[in-house]
Amino acid sequence: MSKIKEFIIEKIIFLCGIITIVFIILIFLFLLKEGLSLFKSVRIFEFIFGKNWYPISEPPQFGILPLILGSLLVTLGAGIISIPVGIGCAIFIAEVAPRWLKDILKAFIELLAAIPSVVLGFIGMVTLVPFVKNFFGLPTGLTAFTGSIMLAFMAMPTMVSIAEDALYAVPYTYKEAAYALGASRWQTIYRVIIPGAFSGILAAIMLGIGRVVGETMAVMMLTGNSARIPQSFFDPVRTLTATIANEMGEAVVGSQHYFALFSIGIVLFIISFFVNITADIFMHHKK
Amino acid sequence: MVDNPINIEVKDLNVWFKDIHALKGINLRIYKNEILSIIGPANSGKTSFLRTLNRLNDLTDGFRMTGKVIFDGKDIYSKDIDVNLLRIKIGMVFALPIPLPFSIFDNVAYGLQGRIKNNKEINQRVEKALKSAYLWEEVKDRLKESAYKLSGGQQQRLCIARTLALEPQVILFDEPCSGLDPISTAKIEEAMIRLKNDYTIILVTNNTKQAARVSDRTAFFLSGELIETDITNKIFTASMDKRTEDYITGRFG
Amino acid sequence: MKPHTKQRIAFSFLFLCTLLVILPVGLILIIIIKNGLPALSWQFLTDIPRAGMREGGIFPAIIGTFYLVLGAIIFALPIGVMCAIYLNEYTKENIFSRLIRLAIINLAGIPSVVYGLFGMALFVMFFKFGTSILSGALTLGIMILPVIITSTQEALRSVPKEFREVSFSLGISKWQTIKRVVLPCAFPGIITGAILGIGRAAGETAPLLFTVAAFYLPRLPRSIFDQVMAIPYHLYVISTQIPNIPEKIRYGTALVLVILVLGINLFAIILRIKLRRKQRW
Repeated sequence: MSKIKEFIIEKIIFLCGIITIVFIILIFLFLLKEGLSLFKSVRIFEFIFGKNWYPISEPPQFGILPLILGSLLVTLGAGIISIPVGIGCAIFIAEVAPRWLKDILKAFIELLAAIPSVVLGFIGMVTLVPFVKNFFGLPTGLTAFTGSIMLAFMAMPTMVSIAEDALYAVPYTYKEAAYALGASRWQTIYRVIIPGAFSGILAAIMLGIGRVVGETMAVMMLTGNSARIPQSFFDPVRTLTATIANEMGEAVVGSQHYFALFSIGIVLFIISFFVNITADIFMHHKK
Repeated sequence: MVDNPINIEVKDLNVWFKDIHALKGINLRIYKNEILSIIGPANSGKTSFLRTLNRLNDLTDGFRMTGKVIFDGKDIYSKDIDVNLLRIKIGMVFALPIPLPFSIFDNVAYGLQGRIKNNKEINQRVEKALKSAYLWEEVKDRLKESAYKLSGGQQQRLCIARTLALEPQVILFDEPCSGLDPISTAKIEEAMIRLKNDYTIILVTNNTKQAARVSDRTAFFLSGELIETDITNKIFTASMDKRTEDYITGRFG
Repeated sequence: MKPHTKQRIAFSFLFLCTLLVILPVGLILIIIIKNGLPALSWQFLTDIPRAGMREGGIFPAIIGTFYLVLGAIIFALPIGVMCAIYLNEYTKENIFSRLIRLAIINLAGIPSVVYGLFGMALFVMFFKFGTSILSGALTLGIMILPVIITSTQEALRSVPKEFREVSFSLGISKWQTIKRVVLPCAFPGIITGAILGIGRAAGETAPLLFTVAAFYLPRLPRSIFDQVMAIPYHLYVISTQIPNIPEKIRYGTALVLVILVLGINLFAIILRIKLRRKQRW
């Protein structure tokens, strides 16, 4: 009796074990199921490289190049800000800060990670948007630049905590050896510890950037949602994620527009898949 | 002792952990109600041998074995063996005292709960086991306290009681006194000698003097091989193999 | 330049970076608290939105978020814990367990809006749950699975291997060992993970957009097939979709959300620190 019970429980545990794989496959299949219908009438090349996103014109045009460029621009901006600051902060926490400060800082980083993106979007709207508009004398403060700044804050917690882990994992003997050779703390950090943690830091950057690419709410609230090919950082843009979030509500189920939004979902899924796999490879590189 | 019936018979036992050949062609008989001690230097395969007898090695990554371990007339590695039942019949006391994070009572009752429905019987078995392990007098008024409040020696006797509560046939001791002071060690040795009347005991020890003090027979392991087995007195006074003598007299190991 | 001067410059730069991360967090919190606090009142928390959401409170959104989070955790906690048990206790390192691990990190990385699409396609359309609490909670549940799995695994790993060996050596089966020794020891860590998952679910907006969220529904839900409002989505709506919403209401809503989410997280962090100190083995 108890044998049978145990057998059943172990089977259930096994099912729960593989359920993550099932979910990943389900997610991909359902995106494909809805998204691929678009390519009966639109060629993939036109979809990816088409310069016009006019989903409800007659005839509609489904070129997501402006959206890809929008995502790219915002990500690039957020990366330029968050990579040096985030990695610097990680080094400070891992190697410079005293023990007590370290714990406080880490808790702070965790809190930053927990702030909902819609709150960051809201704060950006009421503070950053008017500031950018007035400071740069722009017609609108809703620009790629504004989004980049706010998104940098969303990327940093991920970067800091993963990079900090990687730095911390550098064996203590390395440091001892460097000190024994008369190196200063800073020399030890940049000659021994940073190279030792390099692949982990790369993984941290990848995952931070991955978070930016996938971010939706803040970016939708801050970047102006203009689906045109941007000319500069101070243009309004529209990202892949914001397009889905914005338009799905109005798209008629089963229409080309609806399928196109799922196709964008496929693109996002593939991007996040590669980002995560690459980051994982970096992370396990040294082991 | 050799007149007693055979309790466990090990035939041509070979054990590997991944590529390491840990035990090489071991043949050994263990008789009822004897204390067999197993001595030998570190990494000679003593503990691996012990863990083969209650199939605890099954959990170790890369474990493979050939040969037979006959207990109760059956090969314990054959398919129809209930491993959990086997481990009740062949109990084990580990090198360091490892109480589970429960109360003193629950530690001893742990193996019984779920197996015995009657609470009264559990209480009786716990009391009996604690008495056999010479711990009852020290803990009878604080059975509900955490086991971690006991001293190291008390904890180890608690672990012995935990095994005794299941009323096994054989008890495997894996260096049970390695972390203990001389007084605690003496108490545990005393317990072992009394337990011999009801149980078969296999004692792995790094302490040759302990083997000499408590065991009836002694087996000497070296690099995964069983060098020789004999009455303890003989091993310590007139061993057949030079290597045994070298080890006992402290020339290596 | 002397090494010492170099070090001083470098460390100052690193410190500056840290300030750049930390200060804005403080600033954001201060702005929200300062402007949101005047809006907070018993009435704001317990009244329905009135006058096109320009007056009244956010009670339906609070209740909606509560139901969604509750549903998500009821769904995700058992599955997540069992998945972690499978990975930690039942498999050895092989290609299969590596595949599962890759699936987990990918689940963690999928953009939240893609979860929204998936939830819509699977729960709303395919299973015909409609835009409902059920669809939203399940979508959120899948999204927080990685959080729960990862923290449960960490909690299981912190239980000494010896406990398992002792239990096996007493003839206790694998599942009984897990149930009676491993899970009780890992329980506090698992709860911390569950709380973190709750915090994550409470703050998310994008997965709710097409699965559950009601733009304006000034009443309480009647069943799990009903739509609800949710605090994060409500904040989005009143910040961007409706003109002339008083600042006070927007800040008040933001403050409620921040208190909720950060409170949950802070609770988990403190719990974790306390547990680490208390651990007996």
